[in-house]
Amino acid sequence: MSDRARDPPPERTDFEELEDADDLFPEPAATEESGPASLTAEDISTNSNGPKQDSQFDEDPEDLFAEATEEVSLDSPERDVLLSDGPSPAITPITPPTSVITPCLGHDDMFTHSSFDEIEEEEGGDLFDMHIAVSDPEKVGDGMNAYMAYKVTTKTPMSMFKRGEFSVKRRFSDFLGLHSKLASKYLHIGYIVPPAPEKSIVGMTKVKVGKEDQSSNEFVEKRRSALERYLMRTVKHPVLRKDPDVMQFLESSDLPRAVNTQALSSAGLLRMVNKAADAVNKMTIKMNESDAWFEEKQQHFENLDVQLRKLHASVESLVCHRKELSVNTAQFAKSAAMLGNSEDHTALSRALSQLAEVEEKIDQLHQDQANADFYLFSELLGDYVRLITAVKGVFDHRMKTWQKWQDSQMLLQKKREAEAKLQFTNKPDKLQQAKDEIKEVSPRLSDTWTQIVFI
Amino acid sequence: MMEEVQDVTSALSVHGHNIKVTDVLKDGDTLTFVIVSQKVSGTGEYHVDRTYDDVEWLQQHLFSQEDVPGLHGVIFPPVPAKPQVNVTAKGMKQLGFLGLGEWQPYCKALETFLRQVASHDLLKKNKAVEIFLTSSDPPGRQRVKKNIFNWLSQAMDEMRKEGHKDVDEFFQAQRDQNLVMTGCTKNATERFLEVVLTEQKIAVACGHFSAALHLCVEAGEDPVKQAFSRICVKLSEVLESMKKNMMSVAENNVNTLGLGLDLESRYQEAEKEMLFRRTCKLVELETARRSAEKAKPVKKAAMEEVKKAAESEFDHISRVAKQEIAQFESERVQMLQQALVGWCEQQLLTAKESADQFDRYLQAFRGMA
Repeated sequence: MSDRARDPPPERTDFEELEDADDLFPEPAATEESGPASLTAEDISTNSNGPKQDSQFDEDPEDLFAEATEEVSLDSPERDVLLSDGPSPAITPITPPTSVITPCLGHDDMFTHSSFDEIEEEEGGDLFDMHIAVSDPEKVGDGMNAYMAYKVTTKTPMSMFKRGEFSVKRRFSDFLGLHSKLASKYLHIGYIVPPAPEKSIVGMTKVKVGKEDQSSNEFVEKRRSALERYLMRTVKHPVLRKDPDVMQFLESSDLPRAVNTQALSSAGLLRMVNKAADAVNKMTIKMNESDAWFEEKQQHFENLDVQLRKLHASVESLVCHRKELSVNTAQFAKSAAMLGNSEDHTALSRALSQLAEVEEKIDQLHQDQANADFYLFSELLGDYVRLITAVKGVFDHRMKTWQKWQDSQMLLQKKREAEAKLQFTNKPDKLQQAKDEIKEVSPRLSDTWTQIVFI
Repeated sequence: MMEEVQDVTSALSVHGHNIKVTDVLKDGDTLTFVIVSQKVSGTGEYHVDRTYDDVEWLQQHLFSQEDVPGLHGVIFPPVPAKPQVNVTAKGMKQLGFLGLGEWQPYCKALETFLRQVASHDLLKKNKAVEIFLTSSDPPGRQRVKKNIFNWLSQAMDEMRKEGHKDVDEFFQAQRDQNLVMTGCTKNATERFLEVVLTEQKIAVACGHFSAALHLCVEAGEDPVKQAFSRICVKLSEVLESMKKNMMSVAENNVNTLGLGLDLESRYQEAEKEMLFRRTCKLVELETARRSAEKAKPVKKAAMEEVKKAAESEFDHISRVAKQEIAQFESERVQMLQQALVGWCEQQLLTAKESADQFDRYLQAFRGMA
């Protein structure tokens, strides 16, 4: 069970069949070897036990729904969810029991192939090859209702898209809307959804107001590049790529406006309140981490976070100074030119003018260097810092779910005791009621013992 | 011991062109410079210790030399501003390039000043110079009254005179040109200083980045970790060399063009002061002329005397000034040319070295991929 070799998913692609398939699709690998009544965390959190699971499904796929007795193992709901995250999640797996059937078939596919690429071929007929470009930022409208529309161009030979190349116009809130949809679908199952670029009220206001200056151009460029990276990351993820929302985002020319992403909306406030509540809860939950892999990974991520933040800060300061140097060089160039103009001596005057020209070129170089540093290093590091935050979010979610699971366990326990008592006192109707209550509680149990897939 | 400076001039016993400021010693709040000069007759050197107070003493005596007609027409070689060991922001601004780099540029500037004083036909004959360069006792440690020099900071109404129209076309043109040049050169010097300071900041930032990368290095068996660590180490090296490169570039800037622009700027100011003195004399002369014309017969003779004295002084000044200006122009161009050439050569050298090194690093990175 939990003693089975568990290697971190991202590094192994040529595994034993089952684990491989499980690793590539971040399934919550519920172990099935244990009996239904085992409630230990370990059972739930380890890799799934292939063959047994397989046979169970093969035998009577319909039975999953029929398991409405006390024998319903706390494991099976997780199994359900596991499979629902299979290769073709046509239905987004929010409520575990309903999505079992389709993935069942997919599950077979999973087990018959052992390599990621093969599975992909099974699905899409070709390997990952998508290129998304975000370009042509255009200001639409004016005043405070103005917004920037970006052209999103997708080039891909993959068969799941209708055409090989297509482009649509999107605005920033559309991107945020996509992210929030993906997050609500996948986060609680343990996928790491790439974080969207941040809102910036100051930056956008400047653009809206119409200031055509250097800083607002830089802001738009920075945002454009961040959006492009965001989309590329999202589609690189094998599961997210096939999400209907993502496909709709990339393909359809009209998208319903994502109003909930506005900073000053009620949804926004709700988000903020939730964030605060989460922060408090995080401090109070003391999870009994029984899985060494998670513990090691969490530590690793903490370290990485600290390191990357430091690096990011260093690069930012370097970029800032370079920009300053560029400005100062430009000013020096101007003053040298003035000096050359005032100079009487012709040769010296010429020399000074040439000095001014050289310095101008140097200024341009410094600017280019600063931009390169920024886009290559600083933004990348920033992205990774945010990604790590997302990863931590998943870890936190896992902790929360564990907490919920513990609570549910206790609740179940109480209900069982109540039921036992009732049985004793022979009150059949109350007995039935209690049994119903138990049935309700079990499926709600934790389904997040996922292994995390690194993007 | 304080010697009364004789008005009798004498030849300088040391060469003027190879005076060296070889060392600077920090002693609490004061800086002491070691000045070495070569004897004219025979072999041998004079080694003397001087502080800034001594330099001021020298300047005073140069200004107050009485027997040289038209002394006011001399463009006095500009002395560097007073060095402060614990430099304030205002002090930094005043010193400019000379405040950078552990006083090395300052020593160079002081050296230039002494060489120019000791080579100037009129100034080198001043005994104060001899004493300054050769006497083992420091001459200037006593406070002497300060109000002899620094004419520009005198009465506020002197400022009016600056705009006074000149009688001589040559000088008027010179004054106009000087006004423009002083402003431009000062501006250019300040901008260049800012470039250098920013370059230094970048060097520091590269150093920090390099250190931060070093912190990312982890030991371990994990091949991913190992690869990451290797990259971090290499990148850290690259940044170290970037830091060194930036520091060299900044240093080159200071030692060549920085010093050149700084000297040019101070010399333009010196010329401005000289021209101003002449203008003041002109005003004095015109006033004397007017007084002499209007004077009643009783005072007329006296007024005429005053007028004649003023005239002759003015002529002397103008004559000396013309010579000085001619020399100044040629020397100035040469000095700037040398500064620019030196700057180009050094920067080219540094750039070539850096390009080579970066190329090597690039190859190493490509090999790692």
